[in-house]
Amino acid sequence: MTEPVVDMRGISVEFPGVKALQGVDFRLFPGEVHALMGENGAGKSTLIKALTGVHKPTGLIRLRGEEVSFHGPGQAQDAGISTVYQEVNLCGNLTVAENILLGREPRRFGRIDGRATRRRAAELLERMGLAIDPGSVLADHPIAVQQLVAIARAVAVECQVLILDEPTSSLDAGEVAELFRIMRVLRDEGVAILFVSHFLEQVYEISDRMTVLRNGRLVGEYRTAELSRLDLVSAMLGRELSVLEELEQQTHPVDERAVLLRATGLGRKGAVEPFDLEVRAGEVVGLAGLLGSGRTELARLLFGADKADSGTLEFDGKPLHLRGPRQAISAGIGFCSEDRKAEGLVADLSVRDNLVLALQASRGWTRPLSKRTKDELVEKYVAMLDIRPATPDTPIRNLSGGNQQKVLLARWLVTKPKLLVLDEPTRGIDVGAKAQIQKLVAELAAEGVAVVFISAELEEVVRVSDRVVVLRDRRKVAELRGTDVDEVMAHIAGGRAAA
Amino acid sequence: MATLSVSKVPSRHLPVVATFALFVLTFGAGSVSFENFASGQVFANLFIDNAHLIVLAVGMTFVILTGGIDLSVGSVLALSTMIAAAGVKAGWPVPLVIVVVLLTGSVLGLLMGLMIHKFDVQPFIVTLAGMFLARGLCFVISIESISIKDKGYRALGMDRIALGGGVSITNNVLIAVAVLLAAMYVLHLTRFGRTVYALGGSEPSARLMGLKVGFTKVGVYVVSGFCSSLAGLVFSFYTASGYGLHAVGMELEAIAAVVIGGTLLAGGSGYVLGSVVGALVLGTIQTIISFDGTLNSWWTKIVIGALLLAFIVLHRLIVRRSSA
Repeated sequence: MTEPVVDMRGISVEFPGVKALQGVDFRLFPGEVHALMGENGAGKSTLIKALTGVHKPTGLIRLRGEEVSFHGPGQAQDAGISTVYQEVNLCGNLTVAENILLGREPRRFGRIDGRATRRRAAELLERMGLAIDPGSVLADHPIAVQQLVAIARAVAVECQVLILDEPTSSLDAGEVAELFRIMRVLRDEGVAILFVSHFLEQVYEISDRMTVLRNGRLVGEYRTAELSRLDLVSAMLGRELSVLEELEQQTHPVDERAVLLRATGLGRKGAVEPFDLEVRAGEVVGLAGLLGSGRTELARLLFGADKADSGTLEFDGKPLHLRGPRQAISAGIGFCSEDRKAEGLVADLSVRDNLVLALQASRGWTRPLSKRTKDELVEKYVAMLDIRPATPDTPIRNLSGGNQQKVLLARWLVTKPKLLVLDEPTRGIDVGAKAQIQKLVAELAAEGVAVVFISAELEEVVRVSDRVVVLRDRRKVAELRGTDVDEVMAHIAGGRAAA
Repeated sequence: MATLSVSKVPSRHLPVVATFALFVLTFGAGSVSFENFASGQVFANLFIDNAHLIVLAVGMTFVILTGGIDLSVGSVLALSTMIAAAGVKAGWPVPLVIVVVLLTGSVLGLLMGLMIHKFDVQPFIVTLAGMFLARGLCFVISIESISIKDKGYRALGMDRIALGGGVSITNNVLIAVAVLLAAMYVLHLTRFGRTVYALGGSEPSARLMGLKVGFTKVGVYVVSGFCSSLAGLVFSFYTASGYGLHAVGMELEAIAAVVIGGTLLAGGSGYVLGSVVGALVLGTIQTIISFDGTLNSWWTKIVIGALLLAFIVLHRLIVRRSSA
């Protein structure tokens, strides 16, 4: 192979208290599509930001053999490194031509030459094989086309390195094919493309090589053709698959308890494909899958946080139409969001107020809880869940992540839900609190509460759940009973490995 | 895919077209109701009586297009009339007075813009502070109204330019039209102008696109400050006086003109021409009420309120239709 266009050596990035990247090497060659793989928190974005000058890393970065150090995305762009982000970062109110060339448009005496701008934009669009009118307004085009326009803008500068950070997350299959066609055109012109995606199928389809990161460290650099899906998943999740033989379906006695929730063909376009799911009272159902596999999206549909556009839901023997979380709450469904800061806690309110929030909401504002009832409830749950500090008046933002999570759990427990949906309840909390929460889930199930449990950690999902539902590429691909980590991993990897 | 090139130009221009229609409608209603309403001079008077509002609305359009707001314009206008009147009274040469006034407004705009940009404070709060500051400064100069007696200065405001057919206009009208043309040029044909639209479309995107976000953000407040002080000069030509209680609440009239003119309050969409027509609509309503003679002038406010509501709903409907 020729010289790498980007050569990063021993890159480390440290944030207060966190080593986001530790001594990572990364090479990118001209004319290749290179996938950067890793789970959430593996350090993918940090590495990209270290390259584009958003973060200041220690280590060595060479661009075309010369040592560089950028002080921001602008400088990186001038040096030929362009980035297209997951969200379309363009201005929908301007025309396609302006979005491609704004800031670089041809001018005569300070006056923008509109005709020349449109002509140059048309040339670029033609080079990419896009038949759209450069004079049309960007927002009138579907999101996929906007994404491609963003790429056109990126290559409008003499771009040698193109970084695509999850460009496919909002595209459908046909749109992805169009994107890949353009990526191949650019690759064949000698552009080095760094591609991040959570969809294994896509990565195998488009990439030539891949680099895998885990917990801020380099796992390895591989040729795509030489790395099996199973090896890739185990590299990403960090567990050696020692034995993987065809696993017999282990039979467990079928639960005699009543079906509490039955979803039939429930789905939402662009979020999760229609799926069937049954959850029985007193059962813990785990959802496993890589980030972006649809596990969170599925959970949100069950709670009505997002509206399903197909399928039906039956709860406690009666059909349930969710127009929003309110109906779910009154039916007896609780939901802990994975993003507890943004979608769960009210940071400035006290532990007490956060705890009684859902109960108060379900009673309606006309029937306030008395102070005594509140205090009794709070005292009971603070003791039961071992929330520290045990002072109900502390603003919740002063609590540690684990204790915040416990308050959030307690909030739903006081409403006595029949079904609890927990989306990554143990993320970012310490081991002790994690064990407590797992124990609590088991206790709840023993009391007859049904739990849908999501976690990125397979071992946790397997340990806690009676049944594990595996999702891949927004599709439910398997439902496993009495399973183990190896089997779940095989299904996550999909393809031949699971056969 | 990728062949979608449906031209939706009408939906972009619809609010401005609606504003034009509204103007024709109100002016037509006046013409039908009152004799002598449909005359060239009544039409010219719309520009003469509202030249200051037109200039304010043009500056306000820049700010609102970025998604900001400038509440200080009315007070800066008043302060400008005060400085002009006090300067003329103190015997400063007229060109110097004009330069000082325009500089004051621009610098106030610059300071507010810097506050908004550097400290990331909401424009509402910063310009609210600017509004109180400028209004207060008026009374530091004088509590009383100062009339302008300088012949040369008065001539600037009173001299009539005949357009033929017995219709005449003042210098103020020329100023307003010049400001309008300059603003159209800047907004549509310069990089600064296009960045103003980009900022209103999406500020984070504009930043990632490598545009001069800071420069542009501060720039629009300088433009608005400059326009406010120019409107102050226009107002002092028109009334031949400076007074700290001039143009109380006029910032809201300017915002109303911009919104009725079809500019989205969230930014990113709209045209200066629309704002000018919006100002003329407000002027026409006022003229109708003064022609009628029996209606209280507060009816102007009621009609403006109703129009504002109607136009905000119209915007919503257009946005919803084009996103569907």
